[in-house]
Amino acid sequence: MKVAIFPSCIVDTVFPEAGAAAIRLLERLGLDIDFPLEQTCCGQMHLNTGYETRAKKLAARHLTNFTPYDWVVGISTSCTTAVREFYPQLLGPTRAAVGGTGKFIELSEFLLDVLGVTELQGTFAKKVTFHTSCHSLRGIHLGDRPQRLLGMLSGIQLVPLPKSDSCCGFGGTFSIKNSAISTVMMEEKLANVYWTGAEVLTAADSSCLMNLSGGIQAAKKPLTVMHYAEILEIATRQTQGKLSNFSGAK
Amino acid sequence: MSTDSGRPEGPNEGIPRANTWLLRTEHRDQQRSPVSFKSRSTREIRNLQMRKNISHATSTIREKRKKVVSEVENWEELRTRAAQIKQHTLSNLDFYLEEYERNVTEAGGQVHWARDATEARQIALELVRESGAQSVIKVKSMVTEEIGLNDFLVENGIEPTETDLAELICQLAGDESSHILVPAIHRNRVEIRDIFEATFAKKGTLEAEPSKIAEAARQHLREKFLESKVAITGGNFLVAETGSVAIVESEGNGRMCLTLPNNVISIVGIEKLIPTMEDLEVFLTLLPRSSTGERMNPYTTIWTGRPPAQLELGKETPFNEKSYHIILLDNGRTRVLSDEIGKQALSCIRCSACLNVCPVYERVGGHSYESVYPGPIGAILTPQLVGDPLAGELAFASTLCGACYEVCPVKINIPEILIHLRSIHSDHKRDTVLGNIERGSFGVVGIVMGNTNLFNIATASVSRILKYGGPVLNRVGKYLPPINGWIESRTLPDAPKETLRDAYRKGTLDALLKK
Ligand code: SF4
Repeated sequence: MKVAIFPSCIVDTVFPEAGAAAIRLLERLGLDIDFPLEQTCCGQMHLNTGYETRAKKLAARHLTNFTPYDWVVGISTSCTTAVREFYPQLLGPTRAAVGGTGKFIELSEFLLDVLGVTELQGTFAKKVTFHTSCHSLRGIHLGDRPQRLLGMLSGIQLVPLPKSDSCCGFGGTFSIKNSAISTVMMEEKLANVYWTGAEVLTAADSSCLMNLSGGIQAAKKPLTVMHYAEILEIATRQTQGKLSNFSGAK
Repeated sequence: MSTDSGRPEGPNEGIPRANTWLLRTEHRDQQRSPVSFKSRSTREIRNLQMRKNISHATSTIREKRKKVVSEVENWEELRTRAAQIKQHTLSNLDFYLEEYERNVTEAGGQVHWARDATEARQIALELVRESGAQSVIKVKSMVTEEIGLNDFLVENGIEPTETDLAELICQLAGDESSHILVPAIHRNRVEIRDIFEATFAKKGTLEAEPSKIAEAARQHLREKFLESKVAITGGNFLVAETGSVAIVESEGNGRMCLTLPNNVISIVGIEKLIPTMEDLEVFLTLLPRSSTGERMNPYTTIWTGRPPAQLELGKETPFNEKSYHIILLDNGRTRVLSDEIGKQALSCIRCSACLNVCPVYERVGGHSYESVYPGPIGAILTPQLVGDPLAGELAFASTLCGACYEVCPVKINIPEILIHLRSIHSDHKRDTVLGNIERGSFGVVGIVMGNTNLFNIATASVSRILKYGGPVLNRVGKYLPPINGWIESRTLPDAPKETLRDAYRKGTLDALLKK
């Protein structure tokens, strides 16, 4: 099984710790993970902002970069959504399918549905709340997969976030073009986050987290923000012996 | 496809004119909207009372909808079926329009074709004048708002009265409507009481209770119903096989408008056609649950042509003083039909579910959209119907969160259409300086992203910019468009040690991990 990681350009550039965590976690489960260095951007930003021609080129290039792999594991729900849900319209359904959009998979889907992970040995003794990104919910339909994985850790206290499924207001260039609305949406989301009393805010998408952590830092609140892959990695760092029911069927 | 099929006054003839009537009044006479979504919404979002009213109303209706939708086991099947019926009808619109016209005519009604708002208004005015009436009563209708009918009638000495409660509130207050289903959603009951007292009710006589307010409106409207000769309606569905118009409503005023006056004029967009009564069943299941969150709507009136003539006492020939006219409106719709992705928007049944779940609409209200159709449906429909490039700005009034698509009973993929319209719109950005800067930067970024070497250099410089420029930008960024709005309320992310690609290449991934 040849597996590549597709961290997204925002993780590559601004939050590399999330990508490093996902790679290490998967390696601990006994997999070899490649980071194809040819990869750049999936084209989502261009597509969403109205530059379709440019997006098309980037999309075609993106698929080619992952040709040798069986699975391409993403840790950004909006980028995996772009490939899986929007490439068929952008490139045409046949070209998208032949190009392999079907092998793009999000980390939690990969762990639960492909590897069949049902247990994880690890501890994370903190109060955590989870923001359901729009694309995890309505783009690639992750459901509660990330929360199920977090729930396998011991010591973790997962507190439900009120209105978890409402948008955080980021929306890429929306947050710049319509910053006043974006800010109100972000502030209302954060008010709910603070209300939970959680120590850690997590999500399956670093772009939402960039938006929210920007607001948290500006408000000077003592809250740690990290991708859920980081939590899984930290929790399993010290684990001795068997990490999971799945261990490396290569 | 073609819809003209040789019919002399067909809806597809001639080049559709620029349709500025869809935009709000102050823009109609200008080619461009002077007020942008951005500036209007930035103003509206400060209106905390409005936000509270809308948020309260939409969250209540969202919960109701969720509950009644979950009761229907084959909801997804019904959505798919509805989407199929609509797409089928739109693909064979010429056929169904002719069938519809034939059946209306056979039932004693008369069909008129209007290419655009101007023609529709003119036809309606002439019909009202023929009846000799000085005033008309109206059933709630989006399409008459779309063509700016009320203002036009007033200008020509005819007094229109809205009979839908929320529509009446808007009319009395001089407000623009702000929601498809609940036009006065931006007002609360105290404000409404005040509006009534400032117009027809005596001061200090009215309690701000929903039942009292409704009763006052009922008294006020009763006389209008009895004295009016002409009613003007919209229509939720047109059934081709019978030539009927179906009107779905909650208050019963629509039914009174259809049955009391002698002359009924319906003005309906050509996309409202469905083939059969059986198809109507699908939509009557989907519509009330999606729009008001009710299992069934209180009043559904199906009206076909002119009521049969009756023999009157003392007369020898049957006499019929009733008339029925229907104006079928194009107003940009056939143009939308030629856009493979955009044409989905014509399937809309105006349930307003997409407005009620939209996080942007909830914060900025309907007025920000500067268009008769607000919210997600407005963002995809208005730019297409108006054909004005600058109305395309509405396509950016969304985070693409997808909540609208999830609830749409006819499965319109709203995010897909938004993205599609954005790409059409981006071609027009050459007109402005900022637009050109954006185009230029996206061009450069696109080239960089398409080249691994350039990308490596660029990503490494982002962390350097964040490291050395971040602290400065966090302080002065609030004066620097276009990032000022972001920086005002957020801090830039801390600079990472190095990019993921560099760490992977050098084997220093572990140094990146959080402690
Ligand atoms: S687009 Fe869909 S959800 Fe929105 S009003 Fe139309 S039918 Fe309803």
